[in-house]
Amino acid sequence: MLRNSLILLVLLGFAAAVFPLVHSYEAKDTLTGVAEHYANYGKEEVGAANLVSAVVVTYRGFDTLGEVTILFLASAVIGLFLKVSETHTKDSRSVFFKSTEILVTASRLLVPMIMLLGAYIFINGHLTPGGGFQGGAVIASAFALLLLSRPQKQFSHKLISVIESISGITFVFIGLLGILLAGGFLDNHIFAMGKFGTLLSAGAIPIIYILIGLKVGSELTGIVRNLKESQKVG
Amino acid sequence: MILLLITIVLGVVMLIAALIAVYNKDMKTAIIAAGLTSLFASVLYVLLAAPDVALTEASIGSGLTTLIFFYVYNKIRRNNAQE
Repeated sequence: MLRNSLILLVLLGFAAAVFPLVHSYEAKDTLTGVAEHYANYGKEEVGAANLVSAVVVTYRGFDTLGEVTILFLASAVIGLFLKVSETHTKDSRSVFFKSTEILVTASRLLVPMIMLLGAYIFINGHLTPGGGFQGGAVIASAFALLLLSRPQKQFSHKLISVIESISGITFVFIGLLGILLAGGFLDNHIFAMGKFGTLLSAGAIPIIYILIGLKVGSELTGIVRNLKESQKVG
Repeated sequence: MILLLITIVLGVVMLIAALIAVYNKDMKTAIIAAGLTSLFASVLYVLLAAPDVALTEASIGSGLTTLIFFYVYNKIRRNNAQE
């Protein structure tokens, strides 16, 4: 009884705190603040057909670097905690059941196609919806399907870390190049801008998105791989 | 009009799936229901003209998260059985 009334009290307090926000809210027909600037000048300033990419990679590029770092930290922490339990079961036997014929056959057809879709998404990030994060996640889901259909398969942990580190360092390096050659950190004008709407346009955005895609894909693949390895018993 | 109808139906199905995910006692059903919530959310994002978010939600929310939940559930169940 006391507990329920306390919960009710907290909920009422929360409602009282949020009520002024909801009460004073009115839908706007026009863009305001920086959004208006992005929508009006994004095309000339950045040259990306997909305005979301222009905001994510160039206007808010520093935030994207932070997001990539957070994802890296999460993947590293998962790897660390699963590593501790792995050392106890060094000569462990695998416990996976054999996959069904349907899954194995379907994965043989689907895995290359899903990977191709992922690569398409991040290479065309500045033209069509999607980008590095989405493409990387799609590629990681292809690897997850591969692990589901062939559980005995081993992924090289070293290769995953090398791809991840190289793309991360190159991402920061391109950002620093922006300070030297163009307007500031992660400015995309360091390469030729190209014709608006073509594949080789928008300066550094396609290159940065390819790097982000590789980085996110290898990080998520690493997480899935670590979790799969942790399924073994000693 | 038809889009509005689809949106409302999707929202209701999402709510039902989310409630199943929270209240179902069987863990496997709950994980599948959580994945289903994400899947319907990604369709909803496409209808709300946010294909970028929909791509992320479909691949991470309903794909990878469900798989990771199953791996973790499997590991916890095995650890409990050993004790």
